[in-house]
Amino acid sequence: MPRAQLQDLQLRRFKELAKRCYTKVKHYKNKFTDMKITPDDIKTLDDVKKFPITVKTDLRDNYPFGLFAEPMENIVRIHASSGTTGKPTVVGYTKHDIDDVWTETMARSLVCAGAWRGDVIQNAYGYGLFTGGLGIHFGSERIGAAVIPISGGNTERQMMLFQDFGSTVLTATPSFAAYLAEMLKQQKIDRKLIKLHTGVFGAEFWTEKMREKLESAFGEVNATGKFNAIDIYGLSEIQGPGVSNECIYKMGNHIWEDHFMPEIIDPKSNERAAPGESGELVFSTLTKEGIPLIRFTTKDITSLNYEKCQCGRTHVRHAKITGRSDDMMKIKGINVFPSQIEYVLMKIPGIAEHYEIIVERDILDKIKVRVELTPKTFSDSMAELENLKKTIEKELYTTLQINAAVELVAPNTIPRSIGKAKRVIDMRKEV
Amino acid sequence: MVKEMVTQISIFIPNRPNQLAKVTGILMKEKVNIRALTVSETSDYGILRMIVSDPDKAQKVLQSSFLVDQTDVIACALKDSPGGLHEIATILGENGVNIEYLYAFVGKANQAILILRVENKMRSKAIDVLEAKKIKIFDPEEIYSL
Repeated sequence: MPRAQLQDLQLRRFKELAKRCYTKVKHYKNKFTDMKITPDDIKTLDDVKKFPITVKTDLRDNYPFGLFAEPMENIVRIHASSGTTGKPTVVGYTKHDIDDVWTETMARSLVCAGAWRGDVIQNAYGYGLFTGGLGIHFGSERIGAAVIPISGGNTERQMMLFQDFGSTVLTATPSFAAYLAEMLKQQKIDRKLIKLHTGVFGAEFWTEKMREKLESAFGEVNATGKFNAIDIYGLSEIQGPGVSNECIYKMGNHIWEDHFMPEIIDPKSNERAAPGESGELVFSTLTKEGIPLIRFTTKDITSLNYEKCQCGRTHVRHAKITGRSDDMMKIKGINVFPSQIEYVLMKIPGIAEHYEIIVERDILDKIKVRVELTPKTFSDSMAELENLKKTIEKELYTTLQINAAVELVAPNTIPRSIGKAKRVIDMRKEV
Repeated sequence: MVKEMVTQISIFIPNRPNQLAKVTGILMKEKVNIRALTVSETSDYGILRMIVSDPDKAQKVLQSSFLVDQTDVIACALKDSPGGLHEIATILGENGVNIEYLYAFVGKANQAILILRVENKMRSKAIDVLEAKKIKIFDPEEIYSL
């Protein structure tokens, strides 16, 4: 679609979105009133910048369904991701959102990555409240591929299905994919049986170096010696996976901007960044009904490229995400905020307020939380200390939904810093 | 009469080089003598348990640098012949006293001494059943001043 036509469509849809939010969502009605704007104030796409930014905490503050624009009769699915504290961020979808937005853009994403009817898609994203599994699933069916809903983990069975079902496409987090490639190599599986030609990897940040590593690792164990590692991007607030996807030229992710209109803003001022500059990626969900969001800031740092791509698509591309403007970490595809960990620790009596989070990757991501004991919690009984450790680990799992190892340390071992404490040590270098 | 207990010092030691030397350095400087010790460890840390010449002083000088706890333990004589430990284990076992941990050392005149840690509420019972079988229970001062 020529860009001029695309922009007309975006303007029309943004007007509808603004009206939908204003009339159906109290949060937006109040925001608009405070800012003295109405849906009629949008005349050109440039006027979008007059509208309020939406942040993740707006979802939390309206937990669970406060930002839904439709009554429960019209909601057909609910997903949730971890919020910044104990409460998750909840999103709801109407039938239109699932069929015409998510499944549609997910289908486009898979085709863009090089998948098609006849492909066997082994979907190793988690199925459940997390959007990854089901998002990929319905998109795969839409393009007429055969999807294997194996979900995450279960390495031995993943290996078996690669061989027995002749899977051609793997969808997974890049760290789990790297682990699977390593296992294929270690188990010396006959490479003639491995038909994988493409991986659609996301839900975690990954680098060009990681792409090289993954492409050569799968190239070493598959029949053709060739493998494409393609980036998929998404977040549950916007819909889940399939907000944008790389094409086979791997020169940035195409954003399906007829549904998700992107902007780049300066994280400090919230002002729109100059064209081509990097900043926070912001989306307006032009067509969504369940939980329509105006200018939702992802906190992901990237830049936009409006040039037409070699593949012929005119949809704008964003560069690989280079970081975050907040302290959110992605561990095994799951969002983790230091504040969630703090929230858990502060509930447990006798733990000092000093803690440190260490993230490592030896193929798979690992998170360790170092906690200082106090004279009150120290006892001669090792059973009691081990119990304390297990209690913290269990509480962390309940809140984070990932396993974090707890290390008990002596008082004053965690470095004190002046001003904002540096609580996270991320050792996942360029992998 | 409730017998006075031997006080054991327990110290939390991070599993890193030079941590033990820090403890022993302080004790040397303060002239606290170590009578017996044992270490239990996990991959991250250990608990150093010691019988010393002056437990209160040891606690005082160590607690600014380490987590220190005092625990009551029983010190009893151990026959230096086959079956010596078996006898004590059997007496306690038959009387339903659970041993949390124990360690032994040799005192004066080749007298073997067993340090026993049992649940607090079983302590007097443990002493009673041992003494009934003529096992010597040491007074704290006897142990500190060995």
